Amino acid sequence: MKGSCCSSPGCGSKPILTLSGKADPVIKSTSGELTFANRLDHLMARLGVKREQHLIEPGLYALGRPTKESPVFVSANYTLSFDALRSALHGNDCYILVLDTKGINVWCAAGKGTFGTDELVHRIEAVGLNDIVSHRTLIVPQLGATGVDAREVRTRSGFKVEFGPVRTADLPEYLKTHQATEEMRRVRFTLSDRIVLIPVEMKNFLIPVLVASIIFALLGNYTAATAAIAAAFSGLVLFPILLPWIPTTDFSTKGFLIGGLMALPFALNACYGMTDETLWLRSGWAVAYMLAMPPISAFLGLNFTGSSTFTSVTGVKREIFTYMPKIAWMFGIGIILVIVLTSMRILGGI
Amino acid sequence: MFNSYVSNTLKYNPELCINCGMCSTVCPHGVFSPDRKVAQLVNPKACMECGACQLNCPTKAIKVDSGVGCASAMMRAAVKGQKEVTCGCEGSCS
Repeated sequence: MKGSCCSSPGCGSKPILTLSGKADPVIKSTSGELTFANRLDHLMARLGVKREQHLIEPGLYALGRPTKESPVFVSANYTLSFDALRSALHGNDCYILVLDTKGINVWCAAGKGTFGTDELVHRIEAVGLNDIVSHRTLIVPQLGATGVDAREVRTRSGFKVEFGPVRTADLPEYLKTHQATEEMRRVRFTLSDRIVLIPVEMKNFLIPVLVASIIFALLGNYTAATAAIAAAFSGLVLFPILLPWIPTTDFSTKGFLIGGLMALPFALNACYGMTDETLWLRSGWAVAYMLAMPPISAFLGLNFTGSSTFTSVTGVKREIFTYMPKIAWMFGIGIILVIVLTSMRILGGI
Repeated sequence: MFNSYVSNTLKYNPELCINCGMCSTVCPHGVFSPDRKVAQLVNPKACMECGACQLNCPTKAIKVDSGVGCASAMMRAAVKGQKEVTCGCEGSCS
């Protein structure tokens, strides 16, 4: 998946993990089996822990007992990418050529150009692939095509690029014919694809949300404290899960809708639950919830475009120009109202 | 007004197409479909402007302003005054 791409992880100065303890300078060996340590590493990557350190050393890896005729697969030096490939190839004898993508997955790195023509040609020469295999074909993941110009690779290195399927899971089927079905060529964004993104998205916004919630709680307004968490929950958890089922196409309007639904019980509670308050104070709080909560999930929804697998630059730009001012105004007025109402409660309570 | 994704920068000139099939191969959203004489632009709205087809088209029959369709990356670039929007994958991409 393409993603809420950012922060330039992984530099040369970081310690590099090798999967094999072997000190072979040219061909490193690997296996198709994933260990407990690998799974732990994947979990940490998914949780966003030490994001820049989930990388392996670039170079050529031998899986099984490859010969001069064995196929060569190209991958990124991000553990999740490399491990997905080698576990899908379990039982095959082949080579894996790992490019230096600075610990970033194939698709994102291809967008940046690190998984690209220059690095591929360089890596072919650096490992001396010409002498290791007798054929001249490389199987490159389809999503690498954003950075890899197949014709230029052939001109410069002599190797023909064959674009394999999008998902490594389809590789065993693909290898029977070397023809990808239409289904194998399509990127998806399934419920489980979206759910695994939730922890990392949450990690980025957890602290400000908790701080806001604790402030409200300390001020004695537990409903507002809950509302802050509910607004974040609607944008960070419900939004990714319900994405395809929320009507409207734009991510921001989807966010407004889901945030509005989440705000509704708070507004109703203010109107009908706070019976010992004056009518205008009750309506004030209802309006405050309806103004402050939806823009939070709209903003978080807009942010999710980076994690999605289908939003175009043109469309996202249009969304930013159309909705960001509305998000900012609504949230600003809502928050001012919350502050006014809260200070009135405190002053009135003295 | 409720669909920001109805149009994009994808342009295809079938007169230049030599029917090599590369665009249909690399596109992750089935925007192009192979046909007898030239590739057909069957689903232009699904284009996410990744640029794979443009890069791999041998006759430059396809043009698209490719880039990162990520709101936070764009807003960060705008705030920092950077011209180039870069994506560094804080999670999400995998």
